[in-house]
Amino acid sequence: MLNTQGRPTHAGDIGVTGRHTFTRNRALQMEEALIFETGHLETTGLDIEDPGEFTPRLGAHARKSDIGLPGLSEPETLRHYVRLSQKNYAIDAGLYPLGSCTMKHNPRINEKLARLPGLGDIHPLQPQSTVQGALELIETLAHWLMTLTGMPAVAMSPKAGAHGEACGMMAIKAAIEARGEGATRKIVLVPDSAHGTNPATAALIGYQVRAIPARADGTVSAQAVRDALGPDVAAIMLTNPNTCGLFEKEIVEIAAAVHEAGAYFYCDGANFNAIVGKVRPGDLGIDAMHINLHKTFSTPHGGGGPGAGPVVLSAALAPFAPVPFIRKEGDALRLVEDAEGTQSFGRMTAFHGQMGMFVRALSYALSHGSDGLRQASEDAVLNANYIRACLADLMSQPFGDRFCMHEALFDDRWLKDTGITTLDFAKAMIDEGYHPMTMYFPLVVHGAMLIEPTESESKASLDLFIMTMRDLAQSARNGEAERFSGAPYLAPRRRLDETLAARQPILRWQPPAAVAEAAE
Amino acid sequence: MRFLPLTQDNRAEMLLRIGAASIDDLYGDVPRDKLLAKAPDLPRHASEIEVERTLGRMAERNIDAGSAPFFVGCGAYKHHIPASVDHLIQRSEFLTSYTPYQPEIAQGTLQMLFEFQTQVASLTAMDVANASMYDGSTGTAEAVLMAHRLTKRKRTVLSGGLHPHYGEVVRTISRMASDDVVSLPADPTASENILDQIDAGTSCVVVQSPDVFGNLRDLRPIAAKCQAQGALLIAVFTEVVSLGLVEAPGAMGADIVVGEGQSIGNGLNFGGPYVGLFATRQKYVRQMPGRLAGETRDAEGRRGFVLTLSTREQHIRREKATSNICTNSGLCALAFSIHMSLLGQAGLQKLARANHANAVKLADLLARIPNVSVLNETFFNEFTIRVKGHAARVIEDLAGRGVLGGVPFSRLAPRAGLDDLIVVASTEMNTQADRTAYAAALKGLM
Repeated sequence: MLNTQGRPTHAGDIGVTGRHTFTRNRALQMEEALIFETGHLETTGLDIEDPGEFTPRLGAHARKSDIGLPGLSEPETLRHYVRLSQKNYAIDAGLYPLGSCTMKHNPRINEKLARLPGLGDIHPLQPQSTVQGALELIETLAHWLMTLTGMPAVAMSPKAGAHGEACGMMAIKAAIEARGEGATRKIVLVPDSAHGTNPATAALIGYQVRAIPARADGTVSAQAVRDALGPDVAAIMLTNPNTCGLFEKEIVEIAAAVHEAGAYFYCDGANFNAIVGKVRPGDLGIDAMHINLHKTFSTPHGGGGPGAGPVVLSAALAPFAPVPFIRKEGDALRLVEDAEGTQSFGRMTAFHGQMGMFVRALSYALSHGSDGLRQASEDAVLNANYIRACLADLMSQPFGDRFCMHEALFDDRWLKDTGITTLDFAKAMIDEGYHPMTMYFPLVVHGAMLIEPTESESKASLDLFIMTMRDLAQSARNGEAERFSGAPYLAPRRRLDETLAARQPILRWQPPAAVAEAAE
Repeated sequence: MRFLPLTQDNRAEMLLRIGAASIDDLYGDVPRDKLLAKAPDLPRHASEIEVERTLGRMAERNIDAGSAPFFVGCGAYKHHIPASVDHLIQRSEFLTSYTPYQPEIAQGTLQMLFEFQTQVASLTAMDVANASMYDGSTGTAEAVLMAHRLTKRKRTVLSGGLHPHYGEVVRTISRMASDDVVSLPADPTASENILDQIDAGTSCVVVQSPDVFGNLRDLRPIAAKCQAQGALLIAVFTEVVSLGLVEAPGAMGADIVVGEGQSIGNGLNFGGPYVGLFATRQKYVRQMPGRLAGETRDAEGRRGFVLTLSTREQHIRREKATSNICTNSGLCALAFSIHMSLLGQAGLQKLARANHANAVKLADLLARIPNVSVLNETFFNEFTIRVKGHAARVIEDLAGRGVLGGVPFSRLAPRAGLDDLIVVASTEMNTQADRTAYAAALKGLM
């Protein structure tokens, strides 16, 4: 048991390893209390010079309420966060096959360059004459993004993929309103297989969502789109390559039908990493597409952000792009920050976007070059197909035995009658030292397992992963339920009770006295 | 190509195993006329040295905040970042991990987020905080949408002390969603009458303190009027260090508190990535946007953490979600949390005092310059001066003399008719020499 301080009150239970430890640590795996349980209110890990006497100008606004935050000394701080970090899986530690998330290698040159004072220590509101190099960097990255996508414009300020979706859809809405059709075009078409952000984005800016069913082969048919189009439709939001890991083979036809109906084509670019240097989305007839710099251009995921989601735009949508944007004036670059007098739909965020991510993405692009980006796409697709081919005899594929793009999709039909679920299978992978694949997404595939190895894996790494997956799959087919039902056995935590967490939410630490009081 | 492990032999062998004749076989669903025969017309791959040179040249064209007397603020602040913060956030297990969807192997990130949420809630004197938003401005727009869901009303009142960019972000999304926004005129002396704008049709009132001009505002009367009318008070701050000395919005009756957390642990980065802080009352938590970490137990009864209340979120609720947000600002939140752990309340109070003292000393110095006046009665580490002539020109001329002297308000609001105002920030980074240099340069221009 743990006491209210999060510390053990007696020697630990016999875990699955069959060994007691007094501390409940297991060698390199350390239990770690919360900072609020170990810190002290008077402690600080920073020495800050006292400014001496002065007359405050706070008026009647001085803080009277408690802050109540303890501090840690520097050594305690280091140890706390190092121990926490050791409870995390990471790309640098192993293959991270999360489909749709693109957990590729994050080059460290990117981190080094983002920390150059001339790039990391500049203020967004300095005089523009003092940040011409920063504007040049943004322009250079913009040039790469436009060239790779074959699109004439790009909005750089969106802060993440979903923010980019909102940007593209707002540009579409502004274009439709400029045509005087804002009152009639109220529908956005979204396939069932789409990321949840697509319908959420459409709803956010006041559109109603009309779902398009997926076809039996996992792609969207041009006929289904044609059937759903009408004078009330503003746009379609379509992911390509799609969330089933397939290239939308009728995409050119779909784009033509959408345009013929007077609507716009928003392409979700989450999976652009499969086709960089191979296909230009602009050649397919799209009007807008966000690019997740944290996927395709390797900016680190950081445990859930920050991301960056620049949006490339067609000539029809470019005039409506948000502020700020960069304009060339002779030899100088000028940031246009005011929407007045332009057709821009407005501003999406304070300042100019995720500069820290731009630096990393440009560093990645320059390092790879045109040839390396193309090779990276090909290797990502090759690796995914290799895994697919090597598991196809044991695991079931929802759309038959066919080539995929950068991710291999399996369903759970092959687990039927084993009593083992996709979740159980995923948790058993953890014991084998792998982060699980994406599970239960896309929603249109039952018990989906979406595996994206990326181009960063060597063949030896893929082979060991494949052997492990085959061993697990054989085990599941042989009915060795225990290996799965209680898994993970060896992780820092066994399965966590998510129902309990949601039913009685504890979203912050409270002092033990406050907890006791609340219980009374 | 140093990042790609496959050899040509590997590739050939793998294609054979797959049963494809060539790599382009795998791209068989792409219409043939759309498949590029060769890589696009861009430079070929480059060594680390070459990439360092290219980006290094761009970096050299900028004047960085550490190389000049620096007084630029208005929503982003130059503070000291302890060496241990930047070291820790670069640990592979934090830097190169994904969103903690598999909690058994992501307890590091999840416990950190739980601690972060507790820190933000404590600082703002609110019940709960989420795992962060993109930044303060997008968080403000999310807060407005949340208020509309809670009140079932659609009219927002924006104070004239709100950062103009934040106001624009709210107006953009409101226009798209056909919601009403009343924007009060820019208010450099905190003398607006916002109470008269609040009525039974008001969904929320957005007030910033310290405001964009640096003034400290009493939120209590606004909170009282909001409560009487069934509206919600959204309190905004762009300088989180102020909470070490200035009364917390939660203690003054705010319903939702949104702020920019960049000042703690995060560099200027030319505007991003930053970290949006978002806190509210317990009773509103199910309408809150964004990720939340929560405490639970594992199968052996041990304390652990998971992402929770995800039925609010887009991957479950799709078009009925509370927001389309699909990320937080994880690594920036980590930097914030580490820096905050080092500070503790004792350190935060000292840091805030150092900031306030430096700003007071600077304001007193600048106020003595002919044709310069300080507008603020109260402020924390940022205040507004009125100068002779165009502030934007003065700031350019100061830059020419090697001083980055603040933000001309006209840059944020070109049509506010306040072309002679400069917003000046001073943090613990400024020295007496910086202040003297600023005063001398400004005096020379007046």
